Amino acid sequence: MSKKIGDVILDLQNISLRFGGVKALTDISFDVREHEIRAIIGPNGAGKSSMLNVINGVYHPQEGVIVFRGQERKRMEPHHAATQGIARTFQNIALFKGMSVLDNIMTGRITRMKANFLEHALWLGRARREELEHRKKVEEIIDFLEIQHIRRTPVGRLPYGLQKRVELGRALAAEPSMLLLDEPMAGMNVEEKQDMCRFILDVNDQFGATIVLIEHDMGVVMDISDRVVVLDYGKKIGDGLPDEVKNNEDVITAYLGASH
Amino acid sequence: MIYREAGQFKTSYAADQQLFPIRQDRIGILILLAVVFLAIPGIASEYWFSAILIPFLIFSLAALGLNILTGYAGQLSLGSAAFMAVGAYAAYNFQLRIDGIPILISFGFAGLTAAGVGILFGLPSLWIKGFYLAVATLAAQFFIVWCLTKFPWFSNYSSSGVISAQKVVILGHEFASPREKYLLVLSIVAVMALAAKNMVRSSTGRAWMAVRDMDVAAAVIGIRLMPTKLLAFAVSSFYCGVAGALYAFCYLGSVEPDGFSLDMSFRILFMIIIGGVGSILGSFLGAAFILLLPIFLDITLPWAAGLLGLPFSNATVSHIQILLFGTLIMFFLIVEPHGLARLWQIGKEKLRLWPFPH
Repeated sequence: MSKKIGDVILDLQNISLRFGGVKALTDISFDVREHEIRAIIGPNGAGKSSMLNVINGVYHPQEGVIVFRGQERKRMEPHHAATQGIARTFQNIALFKGMSVLDNIMTGRITRMKANFLEHALWLGRARREELEHRKKVEEIIDFLEIQHIRRTPVGRLPYGLQKRVELGRALAAEPSMLLLDEPMAGMNVEEKQDMCRFILDVNDQFGATIVLIEHDMGVVMDISDRVVVLDYGKKIGDGLPDEVKNNEDVITAYLGASH
Repeated sequence: MIYREAGQFKTSYAADQQLFPIRQDRIGILILLAVVFLAIPGIASEYWFSAILIPFLIFSLAALGLNILTGYAGQLSLGSAAFMAVGAYAAYNFQLRIDGIPILISFGFAGLTAAGVGILFGLPSLWIKGFYLAVATLAAQFFIVWCLTKFPWFSNYSSSGVISAQKVVILGHEFASPREKYLLVLSIVAVMALAAKNMVRSSTGRAWMAVRDMDVAAAVIGIRLMPTKLLAFAVSSFYCGVAGALYAFCYLGSVEPDGFSLDMSFRILFMIIIGGVGSILGSFLGAAFILLLPIFLDITLPWAAGLLGLPFSNATVSHIQILLFGTLIMFFLIVEPHGLARLWQIGKEKLRLWPFPH
């Protein structure tokens, strides 16, 4: 794969996040470059999901600075992150259960739709035109993810693996420049994992999206990621190319316990 | 075999996204419109118009309003009747205090006034959810009724807050007979139902449902929770407000604040539970069910008792009604939380395959 990894687009500097007395993240710094696949790994409770929540504004760190595309920000709300092109999926699927696959993915494009509720109520020109235009885009995503056969199904009725795929679709619908994936392959069988890997690599390759990925399957992480950052107990213990991280003493200790 | 979409191919997204994509549905809705606009005005009696059809349409509209808020946006409300009261009193005051204002404009303004009040009482939804929010809307219910009774200005200093609605005159024509009022109410309800359907099938509705189903994910996608929730409150209250204005002007003629009681709010809530939470059709089915069941029982119960030779008083009938309502609501909550509309949908799906099992 010939991939052009660009400049740093997301720079996290000295991030600390506390919930009361619990230190979820302590003084973490790392950066993400454009078009790369950046994995965050670590044992359970290491603060990986908290890290993603900090990036897209769900949690507000007490200390530290986040620079995204040269813009420094201390505090922001999730919808700001969305409008700046950051999309994400969740560890425990967070789809809109009562809506169809099509509607879920259409919802992903909501920041790009401009018509207001009055135009919708009267079904005026712009509202109707937007529904059609965005439907086309959404159908492209449905084709890409190979879920044409379920587009009318309420997502609550779908099996787990497909729900994960729909959630990826919803995130992709926003045409994000940065995609945060929280354990996209958790609980999947080998075929589903392979499919998901393929989709992630394609997204990265064809759409040029930068991907920040949390994953427990080390095989997958080592295979597809460009650089890996390792967290343990809310602290960064490793950062670098997959091979470097694999041989890092601290990382081995964190995963396997102290050497005998 | 009758309800089949085989052979109906869609070649554009526009065809696929139309209001009724299946041909049989389009024919069905045309027949329905013909019946309600042309056939019923010709055949129904005065009693039918003023005791059944007009209240049915008005309560359908109120249920539709509540369904937008509770069914689509997921915000539980117990204040629907109070918002209807705001609409009724606002329409009355606009007619009273602004000379020569057209009645339809008054109804529109009444809706907007209710929307404003709705936004005010919707503010707690930004911090609290579920049952706690229901309690906050309960405050709206009691406060508004109290307010309308306490300040005589609202009822133009009439005794005990009773208002008598002005005549309904549109373009010099007075809508006096029940038939004319029925047609007026029907037209307003039809237009507003269409508008509601359009809202819920577009990104406005998707934003509401997203907030209902998973608010954190909705925020992460870029939906701003505050405007979305408040819009739901505003639109819902607008619908309830217009329903309230129609209730005063086209149904009862004179209303008092206590008429818009908590009891009525609960009845509207039961309508959407039985009819179908999160369904436009369900609002109509639920209103029909709740309004028609008592009439049905009034007629059939004494008759059945007479057959069996049992003594039967009116009190017994109303007790049995309450019993049945309670049972039915529990039944629907447990067995079919999506109500009659869902049963209708299941029926349609079965019909598509009938007479084959798969």
